[in-house]
Amino acid sequence: MISSEFWDYLIPGIALGALYAVIAIGYTLVYGVLQLINFAHSEVFMMGAFASLLVLTGIDASHPSAAMSVLLVAVGMLAAASAGAGTAFALEKVAYRPLRRRNAPRLAFLISAIGASFFLQNLAGKMFGHDSKSMPELFRNKKVFSVFGAQVTVLQLLILGTAVAMMLALDLLVNRTKMGAGIRAVAQDAETASLMGVDIDRVVSRTFLVGGFMGGVAGFLFGMNSQVVFTMGFAPGITAFAAAVVGGIGNIRGAMIGGMLLGIVESFSSWQLGEEWRYVSAFAALVLVLMFRPTGILGERLGRSA
Amino acid sequence: MSGTTVEAPARSETARRIAALRTPKWYQNARWTRLGGLLFAGIVLTLMFGEQGSVDDVFFALKQLYEDPLPTLMWLVLMTAVWAFMEFGAPLRERARPVLEAVGARQKQAGSVVRSGVARPVVKWPLLAAGGLVLVLLPEFLATYWQQILVGEIAIYVLLAVGLNVVVGWAGLLDLGFIAFFAVGAYSSAYWTGSLPVDPPVKLTPFLVIPVAMLTCLLAGLLLGAPTLRLRGDYLAIVTLGFHEIIYLVAKNREDFTNGPRGVIGVPPFKLDLGFWSYTWGDSGLSPKQYWWLILVLGGLLIFLFRRLEHSRVGRAWTAIREDEVAAAANGVNTVKYKLMAFAIGASTSGIAGVVYASKIGSFSPESFILMYSVLVLAYVIFGGMGSLWGVILGTAFLAWLPQFLKDYVDPKDRFMYLGALLVIMMIYRPQGLIPSRRRKRELIMAKEGIGDADAMSEPVGGRIA
Repeated sequence: MISSEFWDYLIPGIALGALYAVIAIGYTLVYGVLQLINFAHSEVFMMGAFASLLVLTGIDASHPSAAMSVLLVAVGMLAAASAGAGTAFALEKVAYRPLRRRNAPRLAFLISAIGASFFLQNLAGKMFGHDSKSMPELFRNKKVFSVFGAQVTVLQLLILGTAVAMMLALDLLVNRTKMGAGIRAVAQDAETASLMGVDIDRVVSRTFLVGGFMGGVAGFLFGMNSQVVFTMGFAPGITAFAAAVVGGIGNIRGAMIGGMLLGIVESFSSWQLGEEWRYVSAFAALVLVLMFRPTGILGERLGRSA
Repeated sequence: MSGTTVEAPARSETARRIAALRTPKWYQNARWTRLGGLLFAGIVLTLMFGEQGSVDDVFFALKQLYEDPLPTLMWLVLMTAVWAFMEFGAPLRERARPVLEAVGARQKQAGSVVRSGVARPVVKWPLLAAGGLVLVLLPEFLATYWQQILVGEIAIYVLLAVGLNVVVGWAGLLDLGFIAFFAVGAYSSAYWTGSLPVDPPVKLTPFLVIPVAMLTCLLAGLLLGAPTLRLRGDYLAIVTLGFHEIIYLVAKNREDFTNGPRGVIGVPPFKLDLGFWSYTWGDSGLSPKQYWWLILVLGGLLIFLFRRLEHSRVGRAWTAIREDEVAAAANGVNTVKYKLMAFAIGASTSGIAGVVYASKIGSFSPESFILMYSVLVLAYVIFGGMGSLWGVILGTAFLAWLPQFLKDYVDPKDRFMYLGALLVIMMIYRPQGLIPSRRRKRELIMAKEGIGDADAMSEPVGGRIA
């Protein structure tokens, strides 16, 4: 027998997992193209949340009408997406491209990413204050319908709907468009791709733009779900990176599966073991998966096979 | 782009349009992109050095940009000047060239490192003795506040970095969870001295805890190492990171055992009791100095041992694994054994640092072991020059000192912003670190010349630009 509590925890778990999946895609895309852990992606996510907070506070519409709240959500999402994409773009230009030009070793990229992450995080802390803030209430977060007695709220539906739509769009983008072909080509073999006329710089820039776009939107949704603070990127960032690894880093569908898995595992462990253990179980799941499948559930695909 | 122009027989409309496409428009000049980038940097700099934003007004920082336009304008003008110098300053630079070239020649001479083999450096005893004397007397010249920093921040981090250098610098295993072992060491110290809610079978003094903590960390290192040895670089990084989070959360949540977020209090100081004579560290208000000397002895011993290790069979095996694991295995290096050994040695060094830290500070909480410190130590090691002991020590000392130094000049909350910027700039202009090891320097130079890869740990980052 499945108790109703099961559903009570499954549904937030799925919503959280969808967010993790969207962030994890940002990691996995960059990893696929550059074989680089983009440590600063969590800051892209945070910047997205702050941009939407700024814009929505600026509009200052609390308790809007139904049509208005749809519009506001769209505006917030757009602000977050453009801030995320902009941050990721600038990040690549400043922290990664000069290193690539110098053919720097891989660890230098990692440290540069860590430095950029510190910088962005504390810059946001300086600009927007060090305490956490709440997003303005764009809609009443009431229950829409229930699944086996568990409530599904508007926000959860919004999160899930947006995440699924973005993931479908990304899948089409990568697999069906010319730009996607470029990304896949660079991921498979950058040198050969450049010989075939792929402009690697442009592909890398666009990859960061796409990853930043999705990360920004995820930041907005995450901010709606909890609070906006300059350190908010860290924990979800780490978990999402773990999710990308669980799914097989460089593999976009793997990131989606990994994100969902970790979100659900986290939610269930907070039910079974207590709220404070949620991250432990996520990492235990990571270690377990990697012990039996050292390259993740689906294995690496975007990246090279070695 | 291409230099040749198409010889169109008749100047047809199509040919004209193709030609127009070939010649870039004035706004397509890379010059303007650079100006835009610099102006953007100017705005970021204004925000960086601007006033602290507030919670109530999220727009504060942005409003400040035009309500108090002087700093903004100053930065923008400065950036435009930089841009102008870069674009149009050719005559000026031409004049400066002889000077620069002279400096460059000297550097090149110093940097001729493509040698066969790595020669064993000669130990300069007088220099070493003088350096040692300066270090021993160092706290005498410092105010108590700086003594505390010297011991609590710098010395502890140097110990940690020296340990991490074995794992990352020599064996080439990317470890993002190094502070976990530090936590294990600190908590073992608390446990065996009876400062935790659970009582140990026998109470030990901190000196006796050191071997016990080393052993515990060694086992923890093996425990972490064993399942992860199949993993390559980045997977290893995330698993070690996960290990760190698990240790941290256990320390935080198992209140019955670790006292949870309230932390541990009353870890006894180091004490030497020989029956007829006893000496307690931190008894007489001299605490930072006494601990400094203790750490100096421990650190000196470790550095001596590690230097022996570096050039031993073990050190060479680590180098071989770092350079090419498959080739090393094919040549008969027992990779599993040596990788585990690196993990274990690094972990036990971290454990020693943990014991010293716990006794020095007396009380600590799980917040002393957050993930950021793991990341910081890694950054210190790479900043200093992975694999070179002196580089790591100096780099760590510098980077641990810098935030404390900045404290007097900038808002302490912003310290990590400057540290982050420094790391990025350092990696762009000097990825080999402050004082690179000679082997690493050689690798990097060879990579630049296209002879080999800069990083044997893995393939080079995709999308190289010539």
